[in-house]
Amino acid sequence: MKDWPELKPHYETLSGIPVKRFYTPDDAPPYEEIGEPGKYPFTRGPYPTMYRGRLWTMRQIAGFGTGEDTNQRFRYLIEHGQTGLSVDFDMPTLMGYDSDDPRSLGEVGREGVAIDTIDDMAALFDGIDLEKISVSMTINPTAWILLAMYVALAESRGFDKNKLSGTVQADILKEYMAQKEWIYPIRPSLRIVRDVIVYSARNLARYNPINISGYHISEAGGNALQEIAFTMCNAVTYVEEVTRAGVAVDEFAPRLAFYFVAQQDFFEEIAKFRAARRVWAKIVKERFHAQQPESMRLRFHCQTAAATLTRPQPTNNIVRTALQALSAVLGGAQSLHTNGLDEAFAIPSEEAMKIALRTQQIIAEETRVPNVIDPLGGSWYLESLTSELEKRTFDILDKVDRMGGTVKAIEEGYFQKEISETAYQTSRKRATGEQAFIGVNKYAEPARKENIEIHKVDPAVEKRQIERTRRVRKTRDNEKVRALLDELAAGAKQPEANLMPVTIELAKARATMGEIVARLKDVFGTYTETPFF
Amino acid sequence: MAERVLVAKLGLDGHDRGAKVVARALRDGGMEVVYTGLHRTPEQVVAAAVQEDVDVIGVSLLSGAHMTLVPRLIELLKEQGAEDIAVVVGGVIPEEDVPELKKVGAADVFDQYASPDEIVTRMRAIARRRPS
Repeated sequence: MKDWPELKPHYETLSGIPVKRFYTPDDAPPYEEIGEPGKYPFTRGPYPTMYRGRLWTMRQIAGFGTGEDTNQRFRYLIEHGQTGLSVDFDMPTLMGYDSDDPRSLGEVGREGVAIDTIDDMAALFDGIDLEKISVSMTINPTAWILLAMYVALAESRGFDKNKLSGTVQADILKEYMAQKEWIYPIRPSLRIVRDVIVYSARNLARYNPINISGYHISEAGGNALQEIAFTMCNAVTYVEEVTRAGVAVDEFAPRLAFYFVAQQDFFEEIAKFRAARRVWAKIVKERFHAQQPESMRLRFHCQTAAATLTRPQPTNNIVRTALQALSAVLGGAQSLHTNGLDEAFAIPSEEAMKIALRTQQIIAEETRVPNVIDPLGGSWYLESLTSELEKRTFDILDKVDRMGGTVKAIEEGYFQKEISETAYQTSRKRATGEQAFIGVNKYAEPARKENIEIHKVDPAVEKRQIERTRRVRKTRDNEKVRALLDELAAGAKQPEANLMPVTIELAKARATMGEIVARLKDVFGTYTETPFF
Repeated sequence: MAERVLVAKLGLDGHDRGAKVVARALRDGGMEVVYTGLHRTPEQVVAAAVQEDVDVIGVSLLSGAHMTLVPRLIELLKEQGAEDIAVVVGGVIPEEDVPELKKVGAADVFDQYASPDEIVTRMRAIARRRPS
């Protein structure tokens, strides 16, 4: 080897797994441990025919302005071949403030669509057949209210609740770990998640009541291992919470859905998706004693990694996104969002979203990658990485169990510190150039004015939105809203009660989200983080 | 005496990755760092800055609300007679907003690509300009 020196003293994946020069059959587990697609432990995919039976759902997220504004973008995306909808909400909606709250100043309709009442929801889905298209809503502490509005709207339009498909994110635990959108303390928040899962299991046969999300753990700085391991900690906690309420695991586990990022390390990402499926199958079978294979089958939505996008040389972002999307498809994603090339500047323009959608269509219809299930399965390298990520994930799960469980570990800041540490190391490696960032720390060019069409916020949005909310407050039956808010507060004080039915009634009575949130703050209090850095 | 910096997340967005990396870099660089935590209003940030007697306030926003919240923050500092406390801004800030932010009184604006060391150097220079 003296004549063939290597460029670096050692090689590793982005999450720090050492990587050998090359791999041999000795590095891979026996075939029986890998298994077949659609069969336990689901390493190779949740379904027996995968993309030969049905392609992944092309689900570009959209949201800005009022319900009407986003409705226009939805229609544009559907017209260009998109097969599922995904809604981004503005910060006030995400955090539980009405558009006319002082805390909402400057944020209404900016990063997503503003929703205060069912009237906004009606505008958002105007003319869209909710039995035919699945709708994903990226919403967490206020998820139960948005789901209540969605159900109430669907009922009022005569849709069959058991035909509604889609998801609310509703994964509150990763908020305390990573994304930091919270309202109430951890335990009452977990109870609300339980209520959503239990209500959905009994009333919405095709709906995924939660999207247990690693994406934000990654965006906050976590690596691939932290992403799947921490996500599994959260998933375990939700199953424990719901089964404790007396619902059998096989009644709801088939409808639990997951959400991961597709990051930069191509092979590690594919291995991550495969490892996540195998870990989850084993947890549900061995820890929770599920009987049905559907309960053990992990299905996930995937989004390419926003934090990898750069402002300099923005067209490079199309290439990054395409490679990340390919890893998601090779990893067997059920639905996919590809980022717009302009997302380091602002939320994406129509044109950027179209290129991102075309990227998926090229992978789906030109490359022939979807013709074979798990085509990289059996690669000694990939199988070795999959097994290593699985092993390390179970090690972290054991560690968290020993710490007293996920909630306790959040309270002690364990996950937050781990994520911050990785984020800090990444920023150091980028500063020194150890981690390449093309166009930024390598092959940088003199700054120039980029000819990028940037999404502009319509300054009239805030006024229009506030006017509608105030009109609703004037024209509804305020006595009824007050009585229902009292009923909600009474229910909140009964830990066994399910808050979904009364919230659906509140949505129908045109209560605002801010009113519902504020009323429960009186009962539950609010969460304050002890920050670690 | 070490420079004192208040790092704050202004507004409703919870993206604290950058703010925490900066807070740690400043601390490792020898400054005294107070981190307010998330979801702060301009009023809360100004109150904390005055109480802690910091030299610089570093605010981070990734929500796009900077053109509303940063001018309000600077206005409040003036009202409190604390305009000697410098304000620097970081996060996702479109280039065209930078001159406007400086015009209303921001001492500096960092983009996503400023390295931790560069931020420490620039922050220290700004902190040392404060009349003692």
